[in-house]
Amino acid sequence: MEEVLATARFNPLIDPSLAIWDWRIAAYLFLGGVTAGIMCFSAWALLANKEQQAPFTTWRLSLWGPILLSVGMTTLFLDLEHKLYVLRFYTTFRPSSPMSYGAWILVFVYPAAIALILATLRQGYPFLASRLERIRIGGWLLDMAERYRRAIAICNIPLGIALGIYTGILLSGFMARPFWNSAILGPLFLVSGLSTAAALVAVVARQPAERHLFTRIDVGLILVELGMVALLLVNLATGARIQQEALATLFGGDHTVSFWLWFVTLGLVTPLALETWDLRGGRVRWVLLAPVLVLAGGYILRQVTLDVGLAVNWTHFAVQFDPTLLERLHP
Amino acid sequence: MVRFAMVIDTRLCIGCGDCVIACKTENKVPEGLNRDWVVEITQGRYPHLGTEFRSERCNHCTHATCVEACPTGASHYWRDTNIVLVTPERCTGCKACIAACPYNARLIRPEGYIDKCTFCVHRVKQGLDPACVATCPTHCMHFGRLDDPNSTVSRLLASRDAFRLLPETGNEPQIYYLR
Repeated sequence: MEEVLATARFNPLIDPSLAIWDWRIAAYLFLGGVTAGIMCFSAWALLANKEQQAPFTTWRLSLWGPILLSVGMTTLFLDLEHKLYVLRFYTTFRPSSPMSYGAWILVFVYPAAIALILATLRQGYPFLASRLERIRIGGWLLDMAERYRRAIAICNIPLGIALGIYTGILLSGFMARPFWNSAILGPLFLVSGLSTAAALVAVVARQPAERHLFTRIDVGLILVELGMVALLLVNLATGARIQQEALATLFGGDHTVSFWLWFVTLGLVTPLALETWDLRGGRVRWVLLAPVLVLAGGYILRQVTLDVGLAVNWTHFAVQFDPTLLERLHP
Repeated sequence: MVRFAMVIDTRLCIGCGDCVIACKTENKVPEGLNRDWVVEITQGRYPHLGTEFRSERCNHCTHATCVEACPTGASHYWRDTNIVLVTPERCTGCKACIAACPYNARLIRPEGYIDKCTFCVHRVKQGLDPACVATCPTHCMHFGRLDDPNSTVSRLLASRDAFRLLPETGNEPQIYYLR
């Protein structure tokens, strides 16, 4: 028998269990992943001359990237506790800090993603292009972006991949959180980001051929994602005791339902089945259901990963000081 | 790197919590927050019970993952020592350092920046012991330089069996507990 208790300690967001990151970080990781996929797919469509088969992806998808990323950056900013000092991210570069890499990757991602928008604006959003041309350098910017369209697209692919992998490495770099401390998390979040971007195209694109193409792509990505989830579980199962404890929360523990039902079943397996049926000519009554589930599953993956990672710690106390009990002392 | 260490004799510690009060008073730690705390471990089955008290805080690791994780350099080593400090003016409150600390030894100040035990570096600069060590009524806590073989901490560690918390993390914590 062993009982461990800590006296006089109840630091908010630290005790009784770590709760430092919530939906704001999950949303940031999710939207960063979607943006990564958008950059990769819109650049690929341009480079592969898919304007006939995938006109939305070629000309219009790129605009969604910086918008979604900015929403994610806003939620990230809302999570900062010392908001006035946010620019400190850009007064230094820390090679040992994944978060520092992320901050600087964004400095390159935004210009590349905006350049890709400019390179396709006349075809994708002529109304916006004509408004931009009214500004003195607007027309010149559009001309230059179109002139270097291929080079811009080529830059977007590695930057999109870096952004997608970064959203996973941000967490996997924390040795102190056993559930996150796996090298598979980076590739898993990248594949999930690509899958959610493909699902976004399937939701928004109007041409059936384009939806069909991205449904096919999404089926492949979901299969890869399922394989990576399996590898993550094997990685944890064969890891140190503390990693096995983290895994146990998914097998009968607190996070079993959210992981297996919400993420794996509704976020991966169900859309996989619906999309496969759709590709085989089955009449799926609600054609948008599958990609919407993929998008929801992408968010749930980040949220569950955050929750499990924060819940399993190296240190834990059986009994802990509870300040609410003090209130009972007052008459 | 100059290594400062704290050595705590678990046979002498009675868990009175004076170290906690001393820290809060010396460092003006806001109400409801703690830079240090006391852990009580009871083992065995009645009536054969044994209790160990441990005064715990930031371990001022020589391989501090919190310093590595900080994206702005706010978390840093003081001069060329293992004393880990936070510069509030560089801290964004991103909480990466909290996630990176296996001891959950950090806290969030009401002002927004991250805070932690500093080994009372303002006292160390004057050649004084940290407030918790200076206050301990049973003299179970000792502070000093490990690279000085004649320091109290070096001599205690040379003569007594000691352990550290979670050495398997690889953080190389610098708080030692005498059995």
